[in-house]
Amino acid sequence: MRDVRDALMVARNSDGKLVSRPLSPHLQVYRWPLSMMLSISHRATGVGLSVGALLLAWWLIAAAVSDSAFATVQGFLGSWFGVLLLLGWSASLLFHLCTGLRHLVWDAGFGFDPPWYERSGWAAVVAAAAAALLVWIIGFVVW
Amino acid sequence: MAELRNGPHQDIMRSPLGRARGLGPARAGSAHWWAQRLTSLALVPLSLWFLISAIGLEGATRADMHAWLGHPLPMAAAIALVVATFYHLQLGIQVVIEDYVHQDALRMASVLALKGLCFLIAVACIISIVGLGF
Repeated sequence: MRDVRDALMVARNSDGKLVSRPLSPHLQVYRWPLSMMLSISHRATGVGLSVGALLLAWWLIAAAVSDSAFATVQGFLGSWFGVLLLLGWSASLLFHLCTGLRHLVWDAGFGFDPPWYERSGWAAVVAAAAAALLVWIIGFVVW
Repeated sequence: MAELRNGPHQDIMRSPLGRARGLGPARAGSAHWWAQRLTSLALVPLSLWFLISAIGLEGATRADMHAWLGHPLPMAAAIALVVATFYHLQLGIQVVIEDYVHQDALRMASVLALKGLCFLIAVACIISIVGLGF
């Protein structure tokens, strides 16, 4: 006997023939609507933010350890690569936050009609981009 | 016959209910979902607060960090941020692992390693915050 879960992946089609159920999402088959793009980038930014959380941990722990350890982190964050990471982190955070709020609205049971999720999707993209731009400008001015 | 064995086929003669039983979450299925939502709600104000604080801490020294965390409120917010961040992160990456790692033992090992790592890093961060503040 194979894995019992394989049994759940086999079904009969309308001709009564046994077929393997298709696995979703069909990235190669579908065109890419906005909702699909936002869904995958919500996950991608989430994974990116996890790496950013490691950076946060390094920063906090180094600050508690010693002057030289903290100087190393601050030096790294001030380098061109560090700045690039911080720009990506801040934009990812704001994007994940905006698309996350959209998910919370769905979880509350609202916003399932196509015009709403199309419009709220674009609103999330625009809000995230505007907020990221604002944060970047303030960040560079303060620097 | 060989063709039948190689193509899609059912070799387990059980009812759909019988097949599904024992594979489900045993009444704990909504805990992960709820925890992810609650931590996300907490992270809305906390991450925005941290983003603004981080801009003010560009090029900070350890003395600046001490001044930042030296009051109960920012220290509490920083600890709450670390707890919510690593809890939320663990729940999210767990789903990613469960989606893409198909080998049972490897999936289990990855999820457990993830939980342990997140817990350790979060504890180290909290100790650092408390140490910096006092």
